[in-house]
Amino acid sequence: MNSLKLDENQLIENFEAKLAKNEMIEPKDWMPAQYRKHLIRQISQHAHSEIIGMQPEGNWITRAPSMRRKMVLLAKVQDEAGHGLYLYSAAESMGISREEMLDQLHTGAAKYSSIFNYPTLTWADMGAIGWLVDGAAIMNQVMLQRTSYGPYARAMVRICKEESFHQRQGYEIMNVLASGSAEQKEMAQDALNRWWWPSLMMFGPRDEESPNSEQAIKWKIKRETNDQLRQRFVNQTVSQVEKIGLVVPDKAIKWNEAKNGYDFGEINWDEFWTVVKGNGPCNKVRIANKIKSHEEGAWVREAANAHAEKNNKTKAA
Amino acid sequence: MNDSQGILWEVFIQSKPGQPHKHAGSVHAHDNEMALQNARDLYCRRSEGTNLWLVPASAIVASSPEDIGSFFEPSNDKVYRHPTFYSVPEGITHM
Repeated sequence: MNSLKLDENQLIENFEAKLAKNEMIEPKDWMPAQYRKHLIRQISQHAHSEIIGMQPEGNWITRAPSMRRKMVLLAKVQDEAGHGLYLYSAAESMGISREEMLDQLHTGAAKYSSIFNYPTLTWADMGAIGWLVDGAAIMNQVMLQRTSYGPYARAMVRICKEESFHQRQGYEIMNVLASGSAEQKEMAQDALNRWWWPSLMMFGPRDEESPNSEQAIKWKIKRETNDQLRQRFVNQTVSQVEKIGLVVPDKAIKWNEAKNGYDFGEINWDEFWTVVKGNGPCNKVRIANKIKSHEEGAWVREAANAHAEKNNKTKAA
Repeated sequence: MNDSQGILWEVFIQSKPGQPHKHAGSVHAHDNEMALQNARDLYCRRSEGTNLWLVPASAIVASSPEDIGSFFEPSNDKVYRHPTFYSVPEGITHM
């Protein structure tokens, strides 16, 4: 008993020594059960967010205003699918199966980013999502390129490379609308008004309300806190809003010389928790669509399986 | 039900002719052909490569992290494998 316990302590010590040297943890390395659990939850929910995130934008593919915009949107939504798949693979390397993760998503056991539970009402929402939602995601993902788990960090490097076009295409849509007719500009402002606050919510609860954060930072899963990332996003985005002649929908926005950043208003945390708990505007329809497409695709998986089995038999004979 | 996402494959990409193949990530597929197509769609959307290797993950043999010391130990005590072990006369270059 005693020697076993000593071994465990030794393993933890080695693990922490590796983190202290900024070495990455790889799939076959020993890791604390809680580290594994934390990352399986985080990576799978990140993957689910990419997959569910295809829906709000997919909603506008057939109604994109030009062939150029349609091609771009198609490519972007395809990228999101790809990002989901990179991330599922990274999570699988920790010992959970793809099927298990999908099941957790479909039954509601696993969550995904709440931002995708808001509806996309106008074309300008495609601009706001690319610019703000992808912008906020990039803020987080740039940090995660240095996360301590190797496969997750490598997936993030790949994803960040692809994301930069997403944000620029969104900002371009907003800029074109904002410099168009009065009606178009109003549409852009309306989209900004609706997406601004949910984008700030993407960084999660305030640091003091975020019980998992401290451990995640200790394990170098996260390198910065929710509030730090949120502040950086606001600092970076305000001038982008002003540049295209729109207005940040927050009367409290004010440059604060002392902290070298913007002060901003309080997030509506009641709304935040309502959406997290499953009662946002689109939670039910997003999951219903996901389950429907999974079930409707079952025959494809069965056929592919049967085909592979038949080929294997032919080869064996 | 026979609902499966296919087996796991490891993807290796050659970025251009002459370069070695490098591990890019993993993909699910049911057979060889699908593995190649899925890997192309997933890892080569921006001309990342000119050639792909797909290997069923179960076929990969890997050393263990615990081996880091002992398994690779022999290479450390054979300094005569490195060119700096040998002395050459002053003035000799290109060697």
